[in-house]
Amino acid sequence: MNLSAAAHPGFLSPTGVEITFVLIGLATLGAALLTVTTRQLVHAALWLVVALGGLAVEYLLLTAEFIAWVQVLIYVGSVVVLLLFGLMLTKAPIGRSPDADSENRLVALGVALAAAAALVWVVVDAFRTTWVDLHGVAQGSSHATGESLFRHWVLPFEALSVLLLAALVGAIVLSRRDAGSPGGATTGAGSPADSATGKEQS
Amino acid sequence: MNDTLDVVLRLVAVLVVFLVFPLLVGQTEHKVMAHMQGRLGPMYAGGFHGWAQLVADGVKFAQKEDIVPADADRRVFQLAPAVALLPYLLVLIAIPVGPDGFVGQTLDAGLIFVLAVMGVGVLGSLMAGWASANKFSLLGGLRTAAQLMAYELPMLLTAASVAMAAGTLSLPGILDGYHWWWTPWQLVGGVVFFTAGLAELQRPPFDMPVADSEIIFGAYTEYTGLRFALFLLAEYAGIVVLCALTTVLFLGGWHGPWSGSAGWVWTLVKTALLAFVVIWLRVSYPRLREDQLQKLAWTVLIPLSLAQIALTGVVKVVIS
Repeated sequence: MNLSAAAHPGFLSPTGVEITFVLIGLATLGAALLTVTTRQLVHAALWLVVALGGLAVEYLLLTAEFIAWVQVLIYVGSVVVLLLFGLMLTKAPIGRSPDADSENRLVALGVALAAAAALVWVVVDAFRTTWVDLHGVAQGSSHATGESLFRHWVLPFEALSVLLLAALVGAIVLSRRDAGSPGGATTGAGSPADSATGKEQS
Repeated sequence: MNDTLDVVLRLVAVLVVFLVFPLLVGQTEHKVMAHMQGRLGPMYAGGFHGWAQLVADGVKFAQKEDIVPADADRRVFQLAPAVALLPYLLVLIAIPVGPDGFVGQTLDAGLIFVLAVMGVGVLGSLMAGWASANKFSLLGGLRTAAQLMAYELPMLLTAASVAMAAGTLSLPGILDGYHWWWTPWQLVGGVVFFTAGLAELQRPPFDMPVADSEIIFGAYTEYTGLRFALFLLAEYAGIVVLCALTTVLFLGGWHGPWSGSAGWVWTLVKTALLAFVVIWLRVSYPRLREDQLQKLAWTVLIPLSLAQIALTGVVKVVIS
């Protein structure tokens, strides 16, 4: 016990990187809270940009450079753009949306806390004995990430690819059915057909 | 101390490039467009061929009143130009100019970094489009978002093809592994990358989101003065970045005769030629309609880039 304890760095000797990590983490948490509490829809999407960007910085501080840039590319560059596109289609007003609150705040808080607790518990349990050397060679370089992905984690990677492909094909099928229906491409013609198939399945 | 000085000097150099090159492209655009369309253009400012017109334009922009519409979302409206412009400054840091570390900062995953940060710039147009409280701006923002989502994919796929060919994501690393036959090998990918990049910058013929004759400059309708100038500057900085990236990925960057001593000249010459092509396209092609834009991306560029990836994979397996 003593030996293993001596081999590990302690928790009570924070370095500059660790302090930065905690500060950025607090900022990210604040941005995430604002995302779910703000009454202005588009502001929520913009605070989400800050939260996701903060997460990318955290990855950088943990020397996972590749993951950090992929985070920016996928989430900030594509997902948020998609979100904003959707929000613009809904004619989100400038200023407060009075009906943006579903009045489930307590339930949402409970679910969020439970999810956070489960995640923290799993991550702490899984990586209790893993230490990242912040000052040595980058352990999250694209070379290291690619090697571990395609050497140890090939099966989950391929399973995810198949899942995403299935979602893609499903999306194409769904969008084609509406466009190809004899009544035209209106949603009014599409919804009775949807409910009919729903009844058949039930 | 020496390291700090080195970093500071590199950052200052990047900043100078960022401030000077977009203006050079802007000035070239004035002159090239004037000649191609058989007109004089502004000829008086400064005396010789109106060289000071750009300076005069800058002074004009700086003197204008900074107006925020009454119904606009003030903070988002004022922040948008910075969000549009700053990503290009960050991207310039990672672009190698010459051999042996002639680059702002060598990044391990430089290719991903560059594409990721370029994508962030578009958020500026979206913020501007929404926060202006103007229906033309909103239309422009919508078109911007749709265009970005359509053209980001072929751009990423062709960049991935180059990364596969080189076996690395680092931009200096890609150039170190370059051979002359990469350019014909990746030719289709290069054309797709350049086209998709033009669309992402909303340059003609892909300028449907800013179409000044129908939606009055789209997301920038309500902007005046310096903030509008910043959006224009972002467009020209985007041209510089796109041309430099195409040069690095597909045209061999600093490779060429006497590249050991004058490699950076090659990078600059190739980038300048590509910037000329960008301007040339603006005066030669009419604006694509919105459905034509989407069709071009999804039915032409994406299949072509997938074919390029397949070709890269096959050649890579054969030669290894």
